[in-house]
Amino acid sequence: MSSEVVGVGERRWVNGLLGLAAWFVGALYFFPIFWMIANSFKEEAVANADPTLSFSPTLDRYRDVTGETVGLLGFSEAFGNSIRVVLASTVIVLVLAIPAAYALSIYPIKKWRDVLFFFISTKFLPLVASILPIWILARELDLLNTQRVLVILYTAMNLPLAVWMLRSFFQEVPKELVEAAEIDGASLFGQLRSVILPIAGPGIAATALLCVIFAWNEYFFAVQLNAADAQTVPIWVTGNVSTRGNFIAKLSAASVLASLPVVIAGWVAQKRMIRGLAMGAIK
Amino acid sequence: MSETAALPSHATPWRRRLPLLPALIFTIVLTQVPFLMSLFYSLTNWRINPPTPREFIGVENYTGLLDNQQFVDAAWVSVKMTASSVLLALLFGTLLALLLDRKFLGQGLIRTLIITPFLIMPVVAGLIWSNQMFSSSFGVLNWLVEQAGFGPTEFVSRYPLASIVTVLVWQWTPFMMLIMLAGLQSQPSDVLEAARVDGATSWGIFRQLTLPHLRRYMELGMLLGTIYLIQVFDHILVMTGGGPGSTNLPFFVYRRSIGGGWLFGLASAFSIVVVVASIVIATFALRVLSNLLEGEEAA
Repeated sequence: MSSEVVGVGERRWVNGLLGLAAWFVGALYFFPIFWMIANSFKEEAVANADPTLSFSPTLDRYRDVTGETVGLLGFSEAFGNSIRVVLASTVIVLVLAIPAAYALSIYPIKKWRDVLFFFISTKFLPLVASILPIWILARELDLLNTQRVLVILYTAMNLPLAVWMLRSFFQEVPKELVEAAEIDGASLFGQLRSVILPIAGPGIAATALLCVIFAWNEYFFAVQLNAADAQTVPIWVTGNVSTRGNFIAKLSAASVLASLPVVIAGWVAQKRMIRGLAMGAIK
Repeated sequence: MSETAALPSHATPWRRRLPLLPALIFTIVLTQVPFLMSLFYSLTNWRINPPTPREFIGVENYTGLLDNQQFVDAAWVSVKMTASSVLLALLFGTLLALLLDRKFLGQGLIRTLIITPFLIMPVVAGLIWSNQMFSSSFGVLNWLVEQAGFGPTEFVSRYPLASIVTVLVWQWTPFMMLIMLAGLQSQPSDVLEAARVDGATSWGIFRQLTLPHLRRYMELGMLLGTIYLIQVFDHILVMTGGGPGSTNLPFFVYRRSIGGGWLFGLASAFSIVVVVASIVIATFALRVLSNLLEGEEAA
C-alpha cells in the first residue's frame, strides 16, 4: 500500500522534472528565432556588437526594410508576387490532387499503389538535375522571369505530397455515403461537394497549408528562373545582406516579416499537419 | 438501360481513371520531359562559354566522371550531409516527442516553440545561424565560447559541413517530432492499459510495445526527411557559398551549369548520374514505403 503511494509521488516528481526539461529544450530550440526577433528591434550598432539584451527597442529597421527605393525590389512588391504565386500554385495543386486522390482512395483504380509510387518517386529527382532543361524550356516558351513559371514549378513540386496526404484523408470518408450520393446521380463534383469535402475538409486545409509553406519558402527556382521580374519574398530577404556596412538588424527585421505569414499559419494548423503527414503513409 | 441499372462499383474503368489523369499527365510532363532533355544534352559537348555548336559526342562526358575528384568529393559530402542530418533529426525528434507526449504546464506552448524552426524559410535559417549564432565577431555561440575562456572560432569556415548539418538538424528535428508525436498518440490505449495492469514496467512497455509501434513512423520520417534533405541547396548557398567541404551534388551540378560553368553537356551528364544514384536510393526507400502500405492492406 505504502509502496504504491511512494510510487505515485515519485512519478509526479519525475513528471515535474521532465516538464522542466521540456521547457528548457523548448527555450533552446526557439533561441535563434528569439535572438533574430530581438536583433530586429536594435540599432545596427547594437546588433553588430557583443550579444546583449539591454537595449532600447526601435521600429526603425522595420521602417528601413519596408521603405521603397526606386529600382530595388520593394517589400510590398515582393509580398504581392509571393502571395500571387503561392496562392495560384496551391489552388492548382488542389484542383489536380483532389480528383487524383479520389481515384486512388474512394474507388481505387487497379494499380493505385504503382501510381502512388510514381508520384512519390518523382520527389526523388533532384531539382538541380532538372533545372537546366527547365531553364531552357522556360526561355524557349518566354516564361523566364515570369510568375507563371514559378506557379507551374511549385505546382509540380507540391503535387506528389498533396496527392499522398489527400488520399489518406479521403480514406476516412465512409464509402457508403459516396455510393449513396452516386446512386442519387451526383457527379464527381457533386460527390466532392456534398460528401467528401465536409468530412475531409480539415485534411484538405492541412494539405493546402503544407503546400503554402513549401512554396512560400522556396528560393532556388525563384532565384534561378525569376531573377529579373516578379521576384518573391526569399529573394527580397537575401537582398538585405550587404557586403558593405552592417546589416544584421536590418536583415533580422526583413526575416521576421518574411517568416511571419507561414509561421502563424503553421502554428494554427500544427495538430492537423501532424495527423495528415503521418496518416499519409500509415492509414 | 443496363448501364444505368448497374451498381456504381461496376462502372466503366475509364470513368474511374479519368479524375487521376490531369495530375498524372502534369507530373509526367513536368518530371520526365526535363529528364529526357538532360539525357540528350549529356551526350553532347554543348557549352555556352565560349559558345560552341552543339555536337553529338556519345558517352564521352560519362567516361571521366568517376576520375573527377571534385565530383567524388561532392558525392561524399551529399552522403554525409543527408545521412547525418536525417539520423540526428530523427533521434532528437523522437526524444522530444517522448518528452512532450505527457501532460505538463505549457505543453502546447512548448510544442509551438519547437516546431517554429521547421516553418522558417531555409535562407533565413542559414543567415540567422551564420550571422548571429556562428559568427566569430558577434555570434552568440562564439560569445559563449569566449566566456568559457577560449579564443573566437569562425565555425562556418572551419567546420562548414558540421555548421550546415547543425542548421539542417535544427530545422528538421521539429518535423520528425511531429511525425513521432502522431505515432505516440496513435498507440491503442487499451493495450497499454492492459500491459500496465499485467504489471509491466514503463521501460518494458516502451521497449516491447511503443518502440515496435513507432518503427513505421521512424521509417516514414526517414523517407520524407531524405527526400527533402538530399536536395539541400539554399543553406549551402547562404552559409558557405559552396566553399571547401560543403559542396553537395546538387550544388556541384548547379555550379557547372547555370550557376556559372555553363558546361551544359558535361553538367547534364553529372545530373544524370545524380538522378540514377537517387533512383537507387529511392528504390530502397520506396521498399520501406511499400512495407508501410502493405501494413495498411493487412489492417
